[in-house]
Amino acid sequence: MAIMIYSEKNGLALEMLTAARLIAANIGTDINALCINNDIQAEELAAAGVRTYSIMNNAINLADTASVAGALQNAAGQLDASIVLLASNRRGKELAGRLAQKLDAGCLTDVNGLQVINGKVQCTRNTLGGATIATQQIDSGRQVIALAPRSFAAAALQERGIVQELGIESGPSPIKLIASRNKAGDVVDIEAADILVIVGQGMEKADVVLAEGIASKLGGELACSKPVATDKKWLGEDRIVGLSGKKCKPQLAIILGVSGQVQFTVGIRDAHTIVAINNDENAYILQMADYAMVADLKEILPELNEVLR
Amino acid sequence: MNIVVAVKQIPDLQQVRIRNRQPVFEGVPFTLGLIDKNALEAGVQLKEVSGANLIVVSAGNEEVEETIKEALAAGADEAYLVIDDKLTDLESSISASVLAAAIRKIDDVGLLLFGEGSGDNYSGQVSSRVAELLGLPQVGYVSQIELDGTVVRITRSLEDSEEVLEAQLPLVISVLGDINEPRIPSVTQILKAGRKPKEIIELNDLDIDLSGLKKITTLSSLAPENDRKRAAVRTVTELVSALQAEGFIGRQ
Repeated sequence: MAIMIYSEKNGLALEMLTAARLIAANIGTDINALCINNDIQAEELAAAGVRTYSIMNNAINLADTASVAGALQNAAGQLDASIVLLASNRRGKELAGRLAQKLDAGCLTDVNGLQVINGKVQCTRNTLGGATIATQQIDSGRQVIALAPRSFAAAALQERGIVQELGIESGPSPIKLIASRNKAGDVVDIEAADILVIVGQGMEKADVVLAEGIASKLGGELACSKPVATDKKWLGEDRIVGLSGKKCKPQLAIILGVSGQVQFTVGIRDAHTIVAINNDENAYILQMADYAMVADLKEILPELNEVLR
Repeated sequence: MNIVVAVKQIPDLQQVRIRNRQPVFEGVPFTLGLIDKNALEAGVQLKEVSGANLIVVSAGNEEVEETIKEALAAGADEAYLVIDDKLTDLESSISASVLAAAIRKIDDVGLLLFGEGSGDNYSGQVSSRVAELLGLPQVGYVSQIELDGTVVRITRSLEDSEEVLEAQLPLVISVLGDINEPRIPSVTQILKAGRKPKEIIELNDLDIDLSGLKKITTLSSLAPENDRKRAAVRTVTELVSALQAEGFIGRQ
């Protein structure tokens, strides 16, 4: 019995290694990391002290979830892995369901915390669109757990682990990759920001530039609620905070003109300090703020932007 | 060709109240998940260009017959519904088994569309599990679909990159919430929805034993505690002082 970890993103794989060590410390099991067609990642993972299996087979198509899931299923068999940890980024979430079905495993995704009680891995994750936080455990013999990015610190370097090749067969893939491109221009990592200024529908487009000014003067980033990006298209989708956007844990969140539906608040409620400014005194967001201000943003924003240097 | 859209009946989350940190479902009506409506709209658009038949599939308690009218009004031609009181609040693996069994009853499925996650549990597992159960290839997190005969060209949108992919039908796709803007059905469409064909499937007609499928135990599900200060701030000066006191201003 062993734990197997896999993510195509090395930063996330290192976070999973931290979670794997937490589990292993309680149930005493081996940890194996897996890399597919990426010998640089294999070296980096080994440097963090984990036994790393490197699969080199160009027939495995990373864009084809079934192909990757097949390779992981095969590896889980060879390594006797009963717990598979994946990342809950988009690629990892898609993979989790397919692999779990192949392994006849129970699966939890978007897991943002775990503890081991009496040998059982108890996972926490948002449910009901974020209205509640559930503690759940998988009872089946095999478990697939996908960990939300940034829920665990990246593993520290330890005495170097070994890299071993793992032979995995793979058939032809029905999915053809025509093109792959990085997202253009405005890619910002709001999850990494210490300070976020978040704009909602309760403000006018012309004032977004003021919010941006405030963000930049505080050394933070501009973010938004979902409708601001998807309906109004004022900002890019990479700036969305919420259930189907990013879950952020900044030191400070200044939330402007957002009413505070749970699909939004789930993405920001782990912030250390929350400031909310809204013209509606009944807006729920004011209740979940450390500093709540009922005010007209049209008046407040120019003033705040002016005062900050 | 049939295009199938799988949708989930969920409690209207805007109407769920929290009492003593517990969600209260009493009197809360059912609706379809928000991203399910994007999957449906994608299906309607593909139907319009290809002339395919659009079937919406769902599983739930008896309310699902009413809930599904929304999908029929929005442009689905018919519905396949698995109805049983046991089919509420299911874990993903069981939803997938029930849906896959229902979809097996449909011939000539070209595309099978899902939202990237349900409105309540948002586990994102069901499309992947159904694809595996049916032995079909899949592409998730899709922002664009173009159908050309039996070839489909898809754009998958990841956090930092996009992939343009090509595959032969049949294919399972999960769509992103920003793939389209779901249309609002007209009054005529709503009135017609009630007369569209519905295939009601009893759980007993599907060869599945639900009792053996359960793999997850939920130990608790509680609203997070709110321990915020909730200090009222009246002026910009007060706000700036608060930010200074917290060390967010002038900390260089």
